[in-house]
Amino acid sequence: MSVVFYLIAGLSVAGALAAVLLKNTVHCALAVTVAFAGLALMFLELDAQFAGFAQILIYIGAVAILVVFAILLTRGSDTPTDTVFSKKPIVGLVTAAGIFAIFGWAILHSAQFLPHQTATPSVTVMDIGNALMGRYVLPLEIVALLLTAALIGAVIVAMHEKAGAK
Amino acid sequence: MNPLTGYLLVAALLFAIGLAGALTRRNAILVLIGIELMLNAANLNLIAFWRYGPHPEALTGMMFAIFSIAVAAAEAAVGLGLVISIHRHTHTTDLDEMNRMKG
Amino acid sequence: MIEKVDQIFVILGHWLVSFLPSTLQPAAMVLLGVIAIIATFPALFALTVLLERKGLGRMQNRYGPNRVGPYGLFQPIADGLKSLTKEDIVPLSADAVVHFLAPVLLVVVVFMGYAVLPIGRNMTLVNMDAGLLFFFAIGASSELSVFMAGWSSRNKYSLLGAMRAVAQMISYEVPLLMSSVAVVMMTGSLSLGKIVDAQNQYTHGLPHWYIFTPWGFAGFILFAIAATAETNRSPFDLPEGESELVAGYFTEYSGFKFALFFLGEYVGMMGISGLGTTLFLGGYSAPFEVLGFVPSWIWFFSKIMLSMCVFIWVRGTLPRLRQDQLMNFAWKFVLPLTLLNVMVAGLWRFMGDGWLRWAVCSAILLLAYVTMARLGMRKEHFGPRSYRYAE
Repeated sequence: MSVVFYLIAGLSVAGALAAVLLKNTVHCALAVTVAFAGLALMFLELDAQFAGFAQILIYIGAVAILVVFAILLTRGSDTPTDTVFSKKPIVGLVTAAGIFAIFGWAILHSAQFLPHQTATPSVTVMDIGNALMGRYVLPLEIVALLLTAALIGAVIVAMHEKAGAK
Repeated sequence: MNPLTGYLLVAALLFAIGLAGALTRRNAILVLIGIELMLNAANLNLIAFWRYGPHPEALTGMMFAIFSIAVAAAEAAVGLGLVISIHRHTHTTDLDEMNRMKG
Repeated sequence: MIEKVDQIFVILGHWLVSFLPSTLQPAAMVLLGVIAIIATFPALFALTVLLERKGLGRMQNRYGPNRVGPYGLFQPIADGLKSLTKEDIVPLSADAVVHFLAPVLLVVVVFMGYAVLPIGRNMTLVNMDAGLLFFFAIGASSELSVFMAGWSSRNKYSLLGAMRAVAQMISYEVPLLMSSVAVVMMTGSLSLGKIVDAQNQYTHGLPHWYIFTPWGFAGFILFAIAATAETNRSPFDLPEGESELVAGYFTEYSGFKFALFFLGEYVGMMGISGLGTTLFLGGYSAPFEVLGFVPSWIWFFSKIMLSMCVFIWVRGTLPRLRQDQLMNFAWKFVLPLTLLNVMVAGLWRFMGDGWLRWAVCSAILLLAYVTMARLGMRKEHFGPRSYRYAE
């Protein structure tokens, strides 16, 4: 495994750990942005350039800003008075550790069946465009409908209530 | 070690960290951050299998990951809209205090 | 001979790199390109700052700075020395790490955008297949540094300025992308090199620049509006308006960090005008075929400087827009027009050559503009003005 992979993986995992463990909510949001950036770099390392740039554009350019705005609008950046973890964090930790153990066991035990280095796929944006308009046109239209519904729904849910209604 | 194994282990680790965050933090927005980490880990899994699997020219893994990114962004938007709306009612985002059905 | 002058930087780069072993040569070539970009564009930034202060001064009927050198030419040096030697004040309750990282992030992000711009023939630093997407992805990341700057200062006014700036930048990001979608549709590629190649042809000596088509003209104007708003320039500079919000999100920055923000803003302006010239003005191609002997990089730089002059001109001319006027403008005027522009570009493509498609496309765009400007942006009527004089 190359040094680049270890660096990028370390960056992503460090960002994710910081996002989960830090006390200040805005620091958590910025740390998860670092994790998103690390993941985008991993996509680029895996020769998926379109997915990597889409990850940067959507997650860092939009979702991170959305999270930060939500934190500011809900006064999450005030320092918390008591602990930031729930009353029995051990349950969540044990669950997560158990799931990681299961995944790790499955991955390492099936390592001999996994394929090895294959040739670099040369995928151009034109191929992606043809696929989106050809084979995947139905998911594309459904995602468009879903995004429109989510847009309208989010606006309605977060809108200030009118003066008359209560 | 197989390069694919490395990527799958990193994805599993990120998923576990996201799950731990979603289950243990009190702030609703941090739970959403944990959910976004889990979705990202799944995307990494998809792209890794696309790259090292048979038939990468069919673009299945990449397409799946792109749709997953789009849907996750929409879900984050709606989720955060809900959190803001709840905050407007109860003036808190602490999940431990939202233990009554009545608003 | 003309070819040699045109490719002089490429030839120079190859000659310098030939001293190294062949395994290191590609990396060294890229490193040379990076050094060239980091050396050139801050020098242009210094020139632009001087040009802006002198130009704005003349437009406001005063001289600009004229003490430091002949006609004030050494003013950027004086400014640079001042900002380097000023004391770096960080507020006590500010978040030190985030406060430090915000200008760093901004400068890194705006310089990364130059990696895909075709500065001359064969002079793109990284010739990516999805170059335009890379530029927009990187540009979207610069909004985060604005927020970091505003929030870490622990200052109500900085935070307000940062929220307004981020809201403005996300609102205008969608028209920015949509106005370039029309160009991508007509070229059939996201690669900036191919977009310039498609515009580098001439009929009867006139170029095939996209700005000379109806949809390209509308797209260029919409792109220019969105680019002005993305870089927080007047008339969209409420977040950093000196009379409203002190200095907005960089109130608490002093000395070198302020200079970095300033540098980041202007270098970002040059980057996005570089993208605008690549998409609509033909990149490095000459206006007329007879002028093809002038090197391609001279055309690129002169088009960028022309865009900067237009930015400065607009700053000196138009009044500032209020936040709600700005957001209304984005969502209710610019965005529908960009969507219509995409459809008109498709219509252009499928109507076949001839005068009919010029007439139809221009008519649709003009009609839409007039309708929306008259109906869509109309607010309630104001009563008769009442004046109050000091008694």
